[in-house]
Amino acid sequence: MLRVRVAKRRGAFALAAEFEMPTPGVAALFGRSGCGKSTLIDLIAGLLDPDEGRIELDGEVLVDTDRRTRIPAERRGIGYVFQDARLFPHLKVAANLRYGARRARGPHFAVFGEVVELLALGPLLGRRTHQLSGGEKQRVAIARALLGQPRLLLLDEPLASLDAARRDEVLPYLERLRDQLEIPMVYVSHQFEEVLRLATHVVLIDAGRTIAAGAIGPMSLRPELRDIVGAEAVGAVVDGEILRIEADSGLAVLRVGTGEMRIGADSAVARQRVRVQILARDVIVATAEPKALSVRNALAGRITRIAEDAGDSRLVTIDLGGAEILARVTVSAARELALAPGRDVWALVKTVSISAQRLRRL
Amino acid sequence: MDWLHHDERVALWLSVQISLRSVLLCLPPALAVAWLLARRRFRGRVLVDALVHLPMVLPPVAVGYLLLITFGTQGPVGGWLQRVFGVTLIFTRNGAALATAVMTFPVVVRALRLSLENVDPGLEDAARMLGAGPLDRFWSVTLPLMLPGLLAGMIMAFSAGLGEFGAVITFVSNIPGETRTLPLALYTALQSPGGEASAARLAAISIALGLAGLLLAEWFARRVRRMLGR
Repeated sequence: MLRVRVAKRRGAFALAAEFEMPTPGVAALFGRSGCGKSTLIDLIAGLLDPDEGRIELDGEVLVDTDRRTRIPAERRGIGYVFQDARLFPHLKVAANLRYGARRARGPHFAVFGEVVELLALGPLLGRRTHQLSGGEKQRVAIARALLGQPRLLLLDEPLASLDAARRDEVLPYLERLRDQLEIPMVYVSHQFEEVLRLATHVVLIDAGRTIAAGAIGPMSLRPELRDIVGAEAVGAVVDGEILRIEADSGLAVLRVGTGEMRIGADSAVARQRVRVQILARDVIVATAEPKALSVRNALAGRITRIAEDAGDSRLVTIDLGGAEILARVTVSAARELALAPGRDVWALVKTVSISAQRLRRL
Repeated sequence: MDWLHHDERVALWLSVQISLRSVLLCLPPALAVAWLLARRRFRGRVLVDALVHLPMVLPPVAVGYLLLITFGTQGPVGGWLQRVFGVTLIFTRNGAALATAVMTFPVVVRALRLSLENVDPGLEDAARMLGAGPLDRFWSVTLPLMLPGLLAGMIMAFSAGLGEFGAVITFVSNIPGETRTLPLALYTALQSPGGEASAARLAAISIALGLAGLLLAEWFARRVRRMLGR
């Protein structure tokens, strides 16, 4: 468990953050640029000291201003992948990797050869760092941090300085760290797509304050998220299991709550656990069971909440028997259909709205 | 070096020795002061900066005089050194090295500070997050990265030290074989009848040494820069 409760003032900017995440797990610190994400991650690292507060990792106090306890950054056993890689220019790639390995404390879980293989660094070992591409640099930086045998890995927008192609090159490696090494990570990002792929938990930060924190599923339902990701990107993140692949249509049948949903997914396999995002704008609400409709997915559910949304629309949360999704409806439609919490409804999800790209292994 | 007379060879060798010692003497404090000025924000920083540069704007003779009253056998530091360690600085080559070190101190601090400012503190943070303590990060990251500036600064200080005159002659006088360095020998030659040829030879050596130092510093800096891919 990582527990953070800190306050820090830097000039006119004030940060007041509080959140918890389980370890292992991947928490995404998510918010707009300049909201204090990097300050928060530096406080966890120990590169900055809080004016007030306490940070605790797996039962060990890293800093506590009340008790005047403070473990210096170099003895926290925390790895850090910076946005700009920060490889040592006077050392070759192999020596960069060994730098952390030689100074590692704590139990060793990352083996040199395995990490090199995991991040496909074999051909790069003899290179000088200025001969590497941006994506390669970031992979070396990740490997270097891992070989320091960290208890927690901090990543400060590690993909922000890369173009889209390089980003897609590095992302799968980060997914491998999460799935194969099970290393706890705190990931700073302002790209919601990265958060969707990597995070198990989300910490929402706005103007120096943590406004909400929790598992990604419930967090995706929070209206505060809309202000950061934009109205179009609002949608429930739902984890489900692929029950089977339909032979005739080729569609995958996904269990969501107590209902079933058909989704087009090329690489899906039966029994696979997947994560999908169902955008609020792609969900239609009906008060009676729809018949004779081109939409393939009609799921019975119950309204749990109706929240304000941008403009003349409302965000309706519908419980599908254990899984909640969001639907965007206009104010007039909500009135005419008499939508209210507790009301039984049908959620119509367009089959095409769930693409294979939004389907992630867990 | 047969074209040099015995006295001139002695002066040359003595200059090299004294200048080398002065570089070694001034390097550790210069490194500390450069680090302080480049990396720390503290009250009185401007004053420290001014004090460091003082030898550049003071008459060298004044520096020699200050050394004389501080490090002379009657001086507070000089007397203590003699009583405790039996070390005499006045009228010795070690004294000459000290005077030279004081005079070249600003140049060395400047070179070290510039090269330190070129080292990205972010890299030190990266080393820190990999488990390196303060001294460890200085040796393994900061020092190697400031090496071009460090070496250039040392070569510059060595070349400049070869020519130090005023502070040396005031503090340790002009003793053949002990404190008569190249410029002092040159000055002495000019003062003596028939010394023009000797003066010319000594001047030629000074020019050659100075030029060689500058070129060497530049060559070194380039080499290391290429290695770092800058």
